[in-house]
Amino acid sequence: MSVLVYIDTLGGNIAKNAMEAVTYGSKIGSTTVVTNGPISNDALASLGNYGASKVLVDRSITVNDSSQITNLIATAVESTGADTVIISLDLTGRAVASRVSARLKAGLAVGAIALPEGDGHIKVNVFSGKAYGHVKINTAKKIIALTPNSIPVETTGGSAAVEDFNGNAGASTVIVKEVKKQEGDVLLPEAELVVSGGRGLKGPENWGMVEDLAKVLGAATACSRPVADIGWRPHHEHVGQTGVAIRPNLYIAAGISGAIQHLAGVNGSKVIVVINTDPEAPFFKAADYGIVGDAFDVLPKLKAEIEKFKAQN
Amino acid sequence: MKLLVCISKAPDTTSKIDFTDNNTKFNEAGVQYIVNPYDEWYALVRALELKETLGGSVTTITVGNAGDDAIIRKALAIGADDAVRINAEANDAYYTAFQIAEYAKAGGFDIVFTGKETINYNGSQVGGMIAEIMGLPYISLAEKLDMNGSTATINREMKGGIEVVEVNTPFVISAAKGMAEQRIPNMRGIMAARTKPLQVVEPVACDELTTFTSYSLPPAKSACKYVDADNVAELVNLLHTEAKVI
Ligand SMILES: Cc1cc2nc3c(=O)[nH]c(=O)nc-3n(C[C@H](O)[C@H](O)[C@H](O)COP(=O)(O)OP(=O)(O)OC[C@H]3O[C@@H](n4cnc5c(N)ncnc54)[C@H](O)[C@@H]3O)c2cc1C
Repeated sequence: MSVLVYIDTLGGNIAKNAMEAVTYGSKIGSTTVVTNGPISNDALASLGNYGASKVLVDRSITVNDSSQITNLIATAVESTGADTVIISLDLTGRAVASRVSARLKAGLAVGAIALPEGDGHIKVNVFSGKAYGHVKINTAKKIIALTPNSIPVETTGGSAAVEDFNGNAGASTVIVKEVKKQEGDVLLPEAELVVSGGRGLKGPENWGMVEDLAKVLGAATACSRPVADIGWRPHHEHVGQTGVAIRPNLYIAAGISGAIQHLAGVNGSKVIVVINTDPEAPFFKAADYGIVGDAFDVLPKLKAEIEKFKAQN
Repeated sequence: MKLLVCISKAPDTTSKIDFTDNNTKFNEAGVQYIVNPYDEWYALVRALELKETLGGSVTTITVGNAGDDAIIRKALAIGADDAVRINAEANDAYYTAFQIAEYAKAGGFDIVFTGKETINYNGSQVGGMIAEIMGLPYISLAEKLDMNGSTATINREMKGGIEVVEVNTPFVISAAKGMAEQRIPNMRGIMAARTKPLQVVEPVACDELTTFTSYSLPPAKSACKYVDADNVAELVNLLHTEAKVI
C-alpha cells in the first residue's frame, strides 16, 4: 500500500502528534510525508526516523488555509499515487481532513485510535469517548484522521529524502491579521500530563496551587466548564463534552465533581487522579487513584512530594 | 445578510450509551434528543445576532427524518425565520454535506454555519465538506465572528493560541465556544415557532463513503485505589512505580 501522511509544520517544529501520524502511516505501507512549514530540511529528513521514506514540502503556503492545504494534499496524492491518506486530528487536521475527503470523494474515518483492524475496519472514538465505532470505508482511496496521543511513536533510525514540491495551492482565501499566543509552556491538547481544577477551588485567586503543581510536573492546566464560564480561567482550558477532549497519560482533577459531561472529555486519559473532599463524588468511580481530602491541603503537598521525587530521579 | 445554520440532533449529554442488534445500532430506548449544543449555543445564536444588527434572514437546515422536527422547532423558537429538512437519514458525513451543499448552492447564502462537531459522532466533518463541495473558504473552530460589509473578522483556535483572520463572504464557518451566549426560548418564540415555515425537501442521489458497521464499549475501569491525604508521597510512588506516568 502507498501511504501519504500530511503533517502541519507551520509552527516551525515537528509536534509529537505528527510523529505519531508518520509512525501510523509506516505501519500501513510505504510512507511519503507532505507538509508546508517554514521548517529546515534537516528537521524534515528526521521524519525518516518514524518510518517516512520521502518528504515533500511546499514552502509557498505560509498561512493555515484549508483550501490551500487541500490543494496541496490532493496534488501529492496524485503524484505519489497514494491509496491511503493519514492526517492527525489536531486543530489543522479537523479543518483539512473533511475537505480532502470531499475533494477526492474518498471515505474518511475520523478519530481513529488504533491501526486498521483485520477486516480493514477502523476503530474510532464516538459519543465523546464513551464508545467506539467500527467504520468501514466504502471507497478505494481511504482517509484516516488519527486522534492525537492514541498510538506510541516508534523510531527506526532512518532518514528521509526531502524534496521541494509544488502543491498547486493557489491563492490563500484567508488573511491572518494577528496571532495571540497562549500563555504557559505546555499546550493542553497535546499535553501528556494535565492538572485540572473545578469549582471546588472556590475562586481564580486559588489557581496558584494548580499552576505550581503543573509547573513542577511539566504539565498543562485545565478546568471544568463552570470555571471557564464564570471567567476564572480562559475558555481554551475547558475540558469536557462541550470543551476540549484530551487523552493525556496523567490527568489530576482537584475540586471537580466528575459530571458525565466532564468525564466525556477526559475518559481517554491513561491514568486519572481525583482529589475531592466528598467521598461520594462521582469522579472517584472513573479514577485510578483517589485522595479524599481538601485540595487546598493536598495540592501543595503533592507539589512538594513531586519536587522531592524529581530531585531524586 | 442571508445566513444558513446547519442544525443536527444529538442525544442528551446524560444519555446512557449502549447498543442493540448485535452492537450495530445505538440503543435509542429512553434517549432524549436535543439540538447539538455547538449548533444551538454558538452557531445559531451568533447568526441571530448578526441578523438583528445587520438585517437579513436566518434559515436552518437539517438532514433527518420527521422525528427531527421537534429539535427543528426548538431552533425556530430560539429565533430562526424558517427551516429546511432534507428528508433522509444522516448516516454518513459526506452524504449529509452533499445534501446541504446542494440546497445551499441555489440559496445565495453569505455564510453557512455549522457547530464545531456533533457530540455523538464528534466528526467535525460536515462543515469542511460543504465548503469543499461549494468551493468556499472554510474557517473552523471560530470563537468570534464580526462582519464589516462583506468582510468577516474571525478569531479561530490555532495550535498554541488564537489567530485573528479576515475572509470575504461567502464562506463556511464552524462555531466553537465563545462565539455567543446560549439563549433560552421564551413563550412567544415557542408559540411563533409552530407556524414558521418548515420546508421538507427530498434528497438527491449521493453515495455514502463510510459505514459504521458496529460499535463497542470501552472495558470497565478497575476500582479506584485510595491514598490517604496525609500520605501524598505514596501517591507519587504509585504514579512512578505502578502507573509509570511520571
Ligand atoms: C449540555 C451540557 C454540557 C456540559 N459540558 C461540560 C463540559 O464540557 N465540561 C464540564 O466540565 N462540564 C460540562 N457541563 C457541566 C457539568 O454538568 C457540571 O456541572 C460541571 O462539570 C461541574 O463542574 P465542577 O465539578 O467544577 O463543579 P461542581 O459540580 O460544583 O463540583 C465541585 C466539586 O468540588 C468538590 N470540592 C469542594 N471543595 C473542595 C476542596 N476544598 N477540595 C477538594 N474538593 C472540593 C466538591 O465536593 C465537588 O465535588 C455540561 C453540562 C451540560 C448540561
